[in-house]
Amino acid sequence: MRRLLFLLPLAVFAALGAYLYVGLGGDPSRVPSPLVGRPAPVFAVDGLATADLEGPALVNIFASWCVPCRAEHPLLTHLAEEEGVVIYGVAYKDKPEAANAFLAELGNPYRRIGFDEDGRAGVEWGVTGVPETFVLDAEGTVVFKHTGPLTADAVRRDLLPALGR
Amino acid sequence: MLAFLLALASAPAMAALDASEMLADPALEARARTLAKTLRCVVCQNQSIDDSGADLARDLRQSLRARLLAGDSDEEALAYLTHRYGDYVLLEPPLKPATWVLWFAPAGFAAIAALLALRYFRRRE
Repeated sequence: MRRLLFLLPLAVFAALGAYLYVGLGGDPSRVPSPLVGRPAPVFAVDGLATADLEGPALVNIFASWCVPCRAEHPLLTHLAEEEGVVIYGVAYKDKPEAANAFLAELGNPYRRIGFDEDGRAGVEWGVTGVPETFVLDAEGTVVFKHTGPLTADAVRRDLLPALGR
Repeated sequence: MLAFLLALASAPAMAALDASEMLADPALEARARTLAKTLRCVVCQNQSIDDSGADLARDLRQSLRARLLAGDSDEEALAYLTHRYGDYVLLEPPLKPATWVLWFAPAGFAAIAALLALRYFRRRE
């Protein structure tokens, strides 16, 4: 038994190594949102304010200049039209004309759109980039945040269950 | 080449902050600068919002100054940002139960090593 004690440092090292190695694989840009579990943040921009939000719903932060937003757009359209999901849009750091042109081209899946030209609402939502999508429950509490473009997988696995479907 | 190196060396001195962002009250501006140096530019990860030229860093600098102008204490202004961006926005992780391992593990390991070394040398005597 005493002899095996020599192996202890090795075991500790292996455990630490494994723990750190797993940590290396994580994506440093995926930071959990502190908003999850709290009411939707207080914000008011042209076209949308906190009081307008009626859950369960999605709040999608997008911009016409954002290429991944273009990629996720068909999914938002599908959710709004086929699944009847209420989606609010926030056009982040975008000119209203540009955002409207973007929606005229690709279709408008949003119930309401807020134009957040200077990114103030973005700070309230803790936005670090676009697109980001928040799920609100019936009480208006943020229950989930998806960073980056939505995928069919993420919608099925995370968003729909978070919406209570 | 030398000019290039000099330009590199002086890069941090070319502050991301431009004069139009600064607050009129020098005391408040000094507090804003001090706080900004402790806040992470969340999209560039290892730069403070004071150093970073990223758009988001500028937004956070403006939000921070707006909070200070509104009369927030340093703690309140930091809390405003951590409520939105999480502890990740702080360059120095806060001391709380979830970060005890992070803060105390190095000292803990050193203590264990010292203890083992002590025992080893005692036995040899």
